[in-house]
Amino acid sequence: MGEYTNEELQSIFIMQSFSGLSLFSVLLLMGLGLALIFGQMGVINMAHGEFMALGAYTVYYCSHLTSTLAPAFGPYYFVVAIILAFMICALLGALVEWGMIRHLYHRPLDTLLATWGLSLVLQQTYRSIFGAREVTPTLPDWLMGSYNIKEGLDIPINGMFVLGLSIVITIALITFMYCSSFGLKLRATVQNRKMSAAVGINTAKVDRLAFSLGCGIAGIAGAAFTTIGSTGPDSGSRYIVDAFLVVVAGGTASLLGCLASAFGIAQAQSILEFFLEGTKGKVATLLVIVIALMIRPQGLFPGKVRGH
Amino acid sequence: MPLLFRTLFKTRGEAIAFGGFLLLLVVILPLALPVFRLNLVGKYLTFGFVAIGLVLLWGRCGILSLGQGVFFGLGGYCMAMFLKLEASDPVTTAIQSTPGIPDFMDWNQITKLPLLWEPFKSLPFTIFAIFVVPAVVAFIIGWAMFRRRVGGVYFAIITQSIALIFALGIDGNQGFTGGRNGITDLRTLCGWDIRSENAQYILYFLCVVLLFTVALGAKYIINTRLGRVLVAIRDREDRVRFSGYDVAMIRAFIFAFAAMISGLGGALFVLQVGFMSPSIIGIVPSIEMVIFTAVGGRLSVLGAILGCLIVNFGKTTFSEAYPDLWLYLMGGTFISVVMFFPNGLAGLIEKIPTSRAKYLEVFNRVKKPSGLPTPTKATPITDEQ
Repeated sequence: MGEYTNEELQSIFIMQSFSGLSLFSVLLLMGLGLALIFGQMGVINMAHGEFMALGAYTVYYCSHLTSTLAPAFGPYYFVVAIILAFMICALLGALVEWGMIRHLYHRPLDTLLATWGLSLVLQQTYRSIFGAREVTPTLPDWLMGSYNIKEGLDIPINGMFVLGLSIVITIALITFMYCSSFGLKLRATVQNRKMSAAVGINTAKVDRLAFSLGCGIAGIAGAAFTTIGSTGPDSGSRYIVDAFLVVVAGGTASLLGCLASAFGIAQAQSILEFFLEGTKGKVATLLVIVIALMIRPQGLFPGKVRGH
Repeated sequence: MPLLFRTLFKTRGEAIAFGGFLLLLVVILPLALPVFRLNLVGKYLTFGFVAIGLVLLWGRCGILSLGQGVFFGLGGYCMAMFLKLEASDPVTTAIQSTPGIPDFMDWNQITKLPLLWEPFKSLPFTIFAIFVVPAVVAFIIGWAMFRRRVGGVYFAIITQSIALIFALGIDGNQGFTGGRNGITDLRTLCGWDIRSENAQYILYFLCVVLLFTVALGAKYIINTRLGRVLVAIRDREDRVRFSGYDVAMIRAFIFAFAAMISGLGGALFVLQVGFMSPSIIGIVPSIEMVIFTAVGGRLSVLGAILGCLIVNFGKTTFSEAYPDLWLYLMGGTFISVVMFFPNGLAGLIEKIPTSRAKYLEVFNRVKKPSGLPTPTKATPITDEQ
C-alpha cells in the first residue's frame, strides 16, 4: 500500500466501502432469506441463488414489457417489479415447499441435495427462456448517475438505493418477526416444534410460510441485484456460497448475526479486492471465515436453539 | 481365506455381483470398446474412488462432504506437478527465457522453480504425497470440526466453501499453479509415453485393479467392527459417544481415508486424461461426485462405482446429442433419486424379490452359531406396567 498517498487511500477506502455496501445489501437480503429457512427448519436451500435470479429476471421482464407496451410508465415500473419479484418467488417457494421440502424434513442433508437438483433445473429453464447471455433491465433515470461529494469521490445512486432497500426489508422482517402473530408462531416453532404443535400452532403451515417468505426475500435480493450487475442463468449460484457463509458465520437463526457477518464479509471482500489482484481478495476473506468457523463453529451470535 | 471372503461378502449374490462387475470391466469392456472409449471409462472409474469414499463417509457415517473434489484435486495436482516437471526439461523448454521450468511459470515471468515444486522431481515422493497430502489435509479439517461436534448441514457448507476456496486459489495463482488452464501437456511418466494406445490400456487396467482393491478395502471396513461403529455414529451419535468411543477421531479417520482414496483417484485421472485444472475440483464437480454416489446407491460400494459409470456415460452421450435437455435430466434424476430412491440403484436392485432371500436363508443356516439362542422379540416397556 506504500505507493498511495494518505488522501488517496482515504478515497479508495470510502469508494470501496460503498461498492462493498452494494455487495453487503445483496448478501444481506440473500442471507436473511436463507437464515429464515435454515433457522426455521434446519434446511439449506441450495436453490436460493436461483430464486434470486428469478427475482432479477422478473425485473428484467417487467422492464421489457414496460418499454414495449407502456413507455410512459418507465420511471415507476421498478417499484412494481420489486413487489412482483417478491410475490413470484414466494409463490414458487410455497410450491417447492409443498412438492418437495416437506417430504424431506427428517432428512436435512437430502433436502440440500434435492434443492441442488432443483437449482440445475431452474438454471436450465432460465437459459431456455431468457438465453445464456446476461441481461440488464433498462433502469429508470432516477436510479442512474452518481452523487459527487468531492473531487475523486463519487457515490453511485443505485448503490444507495439498494442499501436503502435492504435496510427497509431488514427492518420490515424484524418487525414482522417480533411484532406479528405469525412471527410469534414462527419463533415458537423454532424454539420447540412439538410444544408449539401441542398448543395448537399449525407448524406445517408456519413452515410453508417461512419458506416462501425466505424465497420472496431472495426475489427482492434479485431485484436489487439488477441495479448493480447484469443477470445470467448462473448469477445466483455465484453468490450462494457467500450467502451460506453469511448465515453460518452469523450464527443460526440470528438476524443480527446475519447483518453483522454480511457487513464484515462484503466489506472485507471489496476492500481486499482492490489491493490484491483478481480473486485473491475473495480467497483471503473466505479462508479467514472458514478458519474462524472451524475454531468457533457456533458463529458470531449463536441462537439458544436446541436440536429439533 | 473363506473367513475373509465371508467378511467381505455377506451374501453370495454380492460376491456374484462383484465378480460379474469385475468381469465386465476387465474382459468385456476392453474387448468391446475402442481404446478412446475405454480411456473414457477409465476416466469415469477414477471418480469411482471418490464415490467409494463417499459411501463410507456419507452413506455409512452420515457426513456429507461437498468438498471431495478438493482431495481429488490434491492427488491430481501432485501427480500433474511431477509429470509437468518431467515434461519441461531444459532441452524441450530451451526456447523459454528460463529453460527447465514449466511453461506457464515462464509466461508469468517466474524465473526460479518455486520451493513447493522442488520435491515433486522425485517419483517416490510424488507417490507418497498423493496418498499423504489429501489425507493430512482432510484429517486436519475433519479433526478441527468433528472435535467441536460440527456435522450435518454445517459440515456440508464448510466443505463446499473449502472447495470454492481451493478452486479460486488455484485459479488466481496462475504462475504457481497454471491457473484456470490448469497443468496441461503431460506426456511421459519416467520416459514412458502415457498417451500411446498401449499405455492407455495399461493405465486402464491399473485403474481397475486399484479401484477393486480399494473397493474390497472399503467393504472390509464396512463389514467389520469399524463399519458398524460408523453406522452407529450415523444413527445415534450421542449414544456411541456415551459408550466410550471417540466419535470425533473415528469421523476424522474415515474422512481422511476417503480423502486418501479420492487423491489416488485424482492421480489416476491425471495419468489417463493428461491434464489437471481447477474446473475438475470446484463446487460443481464436487457435488456431481455426490450425485454419482446418490444415483448408484450411497450404501453400496459397487452401486457407487456403477453410479459413476452410468451418470457419466449418460452425461457424455446425452450432452453431445441434447445439451439443453441434459441439465433437466440431471436435475430431475437427482431430485427423484433423493426423494423416492434414497438408496439409489443398488437399493432398487436389492429390493427385487429374487432368489436373494433364498441365498440369505442358506447362508444364515450355515453361519448361525449353534450355541446362541435366537433373539426373541423384545417386550416393549410401557408406563402401564
